[in-house]
Amino acid sequence: MMSATEQFAGNISIRHLSIHLGRDRDSFEAVHDLNVEVSAGEFICILGPSGCGKSTLLGALAGHLPPSVGDLRVDGASVDGPSPERGMVFQHHTLFPWRRVIDNVSFGLKMRGLNKKERHQQALEILRLVGLGNFESHWPSQLSGGMQQRVEIARVLINRPRLLLMDEPFGALDAQCRMDMQQLLLDIWTRIHTTVVFVTHDIDEALFLADRILVMSPRPGRIIEDLHLDFARPRQPDLVTSPEFMRLKRYCLELLRHDEGRTLPRLSPLGMPKGAEQFASL
Amino acid sequence: MAYSLSPPNKTTRFALQAASLLACLLFWQLAATRQLNLGFVAFTYVPAPSAVADAAWQLFNSSKLLPHLGSSLSRVFTGYFSAALVGIALGLVIGRSRQVESLLLPPLEVLRPIPAVAWIPLAILMFPSSELSMIFITFTGSLFPILLNTIHGVEAVDKRLIASARSLGAKPFAILREVILPGAAPGIITGLTIGMGTSWFCLVTAEMISGQWGIGYYTWESYVIQNYTDIVVGMLIIGFLGMGSSLLVKTFGGLLIPWYHQRRGI
Repeated sequence: MMSATEQFAGNISIRHLSIHLGRDRDSFEAVHDLNVEVSAGEFICILGPSGCGKSTLLGALAGHLPPSVGDLRVDGASVDGPSPERGMVFQHHTLFPWRRVIDNVSFGLKMRGLNKKERHQQALEILRLVGLGNFESHWPSQLSGGMQQRVEIARVLINRPRLLLMDEPFGALDAQCRMDMQQLLLDIWTRIHTTVVFVTHDIDEALFLADRILVMSPRPGRIIEDLHLDFARPRQPDLVTSPEFMRLKRYCLELLRHDEGRTLPRLSPLGMPKGAEQFASL
Repeated sequence: MAYSLSPPNKTTRFALQAASLLACLLFWQLAATRQLNLGFVAFTYVPAPSAVADAAWQLFNSSKLLPHLGSSLSRVFTGYFSAALVGIALGLVIGRSRQVESLLLPPLEVLRPIPAVAWIPLAILMFPSSELSMIFITFTGSLFPILLNTIHGVEAVDKRLIASARSLGAKPFAILREVILPGAAPGIITGLTIGMGTSWFCLVTAEMISGQWGIGYYTWESYVIQNYTDIVVGMLIIGFLGMGSSLLVKTFGGLLIPWYHQRRGI
């Protein structure tokens, strides 16, 4: 069922996109006049300081936040509302505590009306792909943070999305686990070659993963750099110590530095900072 | 416990618990037989446990017990189950929609502080039969704990779970069934357990005032006809029934949310 490379559509076209969050007097512009074209199958990292609106952009791509101005299209179709074609992975997992791992993963198939046998068969296959072949009957709470994120990724990928949207998905993991997860994500991506939009504030992570990095400035978020990377794939862990990597890292640091000292509350793909605080404490 | 390094073993604990119960019984027996009078409280008319046991034995062998039990149980279950249906359904819509909340919650908030027992006189006037009025009191007593805990449970469901479900293709009804209902289930079950306790409490009170059968009526009648041992028998039956039905709700509820106990590491 899962051939070596499956090609999905997943072209993104963002034109003059601005998004306002909040109501009335508390309203502010989270992102301002974004213009980006992404081709199908690209691995995009959005890099920027906390509160710069990168998660807001992700929320808009997922369909959770409506654009205030401008146009947001995926394969020519305007984004209006969430869809299984645009899968979302949050920083902290959103697995249903009341469903075992396998039923969490097969949730999307259940929504499409597949029978249980078919659902479980596909779910097992994708669980093996993320390295959790033996954990299908666990409850989510019995898994480690890294495993929970792997289940979350599996649950999204089972829908064969055009876009895989990830909001600092490894941000809450320890350093070793994060590196393992980055490697795993790249492995999966070589097999399920969907467009990935990966939000992070970790420069190393962005440089290691991406084909292309969009660097954003703080509020209102604007894209201040569009960086194409041509490190060879598959990427090896020692890439991070190569001179070219270090050079680009210094460059990114430089870009992010000019707004040092300003810390904004973290935004979330679902909207306001007030909500974001609540998510941060989860 | 700072003063004991190792917890007492099972046998010791059981012995202590049994000893405590026995001591209470012994005190009761002595206070009742010696007609203890402390000035502000007197045991003069309190029957001794041995007399109560005799009376209980007689009641269990009489033909009166079943109709009393049957009437009380059928009232509680009719009132309680209607309250569960109405409370959960209302709680789900109120918890989900701001508009429905503004529409339905204000009158309910006004009624809520009125204890169900205070409804008794009006209920007798409103309903054609005393049976219906007692069921109504039971219903009112358990409605609010169930309703409020359901609303709270629904509102406490993580918004990100709902967002994820939508992103995975869930439509509004599926979100209700797959996310809201299981997410609110622990709260609903808490409400159902508390509601079971209050519905017994309300029923017994209502039966003391209007009714011809039922455990509450039996207890009150025993007082009126000065059958003091039967008062205590009635009280004990009420206690056991209340405890039993709460335990039943808790056990069944627990079976419905196995993941919840798992998460809390129980």
